[in-house]
Amino acid sequence: MDALGTQVINLCAAVLLMVTFVMISQRRIVSLIHLYTLQGMTLVAATLVVALVSHQPHLYGSAAITALLKVLLIPFLLHRVIDRLNVRWDVETLINIPTMMIIGIVLVVFAFNLTMPITGLSASIARGTLGIALACVLLSFMMMITRAKAVPQVIGFLSMENGLFFAATAATYGMPMVVELGIALDVLVGILILGVFMFQIRSQFDSLDIRHLEKLKDE
Amino acid sequence: MDALLTVLAVPLAGALALTLCGQRALAPLINIAFCAVGLVAALALAVKVNAHGAQFAYNQQFYVDALNVFLVTLTTFVGLTTAIFSRPYVRHEHAIGKLTPRRMVLYHSMYQLFIFTMLLALMTNNLGILWVAMEAATLATALLVSVYRTAASLEAAWKYFILCGVGVAQALLGTVLLYMAAERVVGVEGGALLWTNLNHVKTALDPNIVTLAFVFLLLGYGTKIGLVPVHNWLPDAHAEGPTPISAVLSGLLLNVALYAVLRCKVLIDGSLGTQLAGHLMIGFGLTSVLVAAFLLSRQRDVKRMFSYSSIEHMGLMTFAFGLGSPLACFAGLLHMTVHSLVKSSIFFVVGHATQATGTQLMADIRGLRRINPTLGWGLMLGALAIVGMPPFGVFAAEFLLLTTTMRELPWAAPLLLVALAVAFAAIFTRVQAMVFGDPSRDVVARPPAVAPLFIHMGLALLLGLYIPDYLAAWFREAARIVGH
Repeated sequence: MDALGTQVINLCAAVLLMVTFVMISQRRIVSLIHLYTLQGMTLVAATLVVALVSHQPHLYGSAAITALLKVLLIPFLLHRVIDRLNVRWDVETLINIPTMMIIGIVLVVFAFNLTMPITGLSASIARGTLGIALACVLLSFMMMITRAKAVPQVIGFLSMENGLFFAATAATYGMPMVVELGIALDVLVGILILGVFMFQIRSQFDSLDIRHLEKLKDE
Repeated sequence: MDALLTVLAVPLAGALALTLCGQRALAPLINIAFCAVGLVAALALAVKVNAHGAQFAYNQQFYVDALNVFLVTLTTFVGLTTAIFSRPYVRHEHAIGKLTPRRMVLYHSMYQLFIFTMLLALMTNNLGILWVAMEAATLATALLVSVYRTAASLEAAWKYFILCGVGVAQALLGTVLLYMAAERVVGVEGGALLWTNLNHVKTALDPNIVTLAFVFLLLGYGTKIGLVPVHNWLPDAHAEGPTPISAVLSGLLLNVALYAVLRCKVLIDGSLGTQLAGHLMIGFGLTSVLVAAFLLSRQRDVKRMFSYSSIEHMGLMTFAFGLGSPLACFAGLLHMTVHSLVKSSIFFVVGHATQATGTQLMADIRGLRRINPTLGWGLMLGALAIVGMPPFGVFAAEFLLLTTTMRELPWAAPLLLVALAVAFAAIFTRVQAMVFGDPSRDVVARPPAVAPLFIHMGLALLLGLYIPDYLAAWFREAARIVGH
């Protein structure tokens, strides 16, 4: 059971990493949201498997919160926002996708090297995946830097949070319930506020291009 | 632990009451009243902790000792004085149409919620909740920074949200790693995120995990402190938000973020038994002091200039706590106090001055002494205090830090002196031009709120001349907790 569980978790981790890579090269906003939902589903699956194998009851709760928040609520909110802003079919021009892929691979190697000394120390059966979790965080970070539109930047932010959540499952058996609820609340409120900001940015600048937001500089 | 509960419950009730009270003219007064009750409760808590030592509450979920009760008192105090200053400030903003009644409701309820998140971050014993509270503080202040809904304030708020969100996410990763290290020692059931539990077993924590954790924690919370090179959000957020918010951001939120780093540093020091955490903090602190001092001299916006001065001072404090000796920590704690007092009082004056002249550009602010002598001399004294002139408290703190540096880390002392001199020259020449000379444009002079200004400057002066025994003992006890 344990061996099978570990295999399934490794599979989930691999899917997670792949989805994050696809996100980096995805131009279409609506596809990004689908990818984000897929990422959430993978997380739920991974958490459920860890819960089954390790018999940690609170992990079921955390899987439930993840499913509710990251598979249903946040994608729903994102879809609503892009509908109301009328950017559903917007395509963003991305330059140098091959270069970004290569940098991404370097980041993955870096993440594995960084976590190498400590992965053996984790008590969790998912410990081998700590490197992947960190890689997802770094890749999402890169996505946030390279995107020039507001919605993809926010999705990068959310994807980073997913990576962190996966790290918590990989390194330990998830954070205590009260902390996890707090984090979920922060993420949800954060998304609502960012949504409001997007409408305001749009009405101020007539576009959701972050390049408009570069007026404040040091003289 | 009634006092502790009251300290937390008052701002939360205040946020609710101010939301319900809606667009009534009474809202600023209610805001002040809640802050005043909070301060009384915090003082009661402080007296209790100083008399009976550190205390737990609610199944160990909350913990107060000399270190955090000192910051709780400072937070509620500056929260109250800023609320008093905020009253005439928002009245003016309302009169000129920059704040609509609906946004005033948002402003006041978020003000209380912001105070609540800071107090929660300070008093929780759970490192996970500490993170949640820091992130919640980011959310509340992002709304406050964008309250004017101008293009510039939106840009500042978006940058603030994204940069701090990314930064604080690194701190979450650090917290996860710390939890991983603790779980191996304490076990899953043992409350492995409670700081007091971790503090008991800190020597048994795995050094490899803990080192990696601290790097992420320092980078993450360091973003919130405004350490160079992760400081970019800070000047924008300070310059574009309402001035009372700049005062509490500089005076309080940065302190709370530094407090989070200090709590983690204690654990890391215990686990490694080396100076690694201290050295990292010294490096970041020194870089921040130097870079901020030179960037400071290039600013044209008065609020931006003083926000760079905040980065410089936070760098000095980080440096002081990095040194880690009892004397250096004492200097750091004193610096936290006087910087909060002086910097927020400067923002009070700057707030009135920008309202009177209708601009934040220093080149257009002239002759404050003529416009209103209180404002002119207030800004002059505040500037003298913040650049470290005797007899104000900042001088005492910086002098203590410099003498300690010369003994413990001699090569860093000249660098600090150069940075302080550059900052002195830049701030002094700019402020001199703003205070003296003739007013160059039409002014809308209104009676400023002088009480908060005089109270803050008076306390900063007092702390420079004489530190009461009670307070000195309190600082020493707090320094013992963070030092080595």
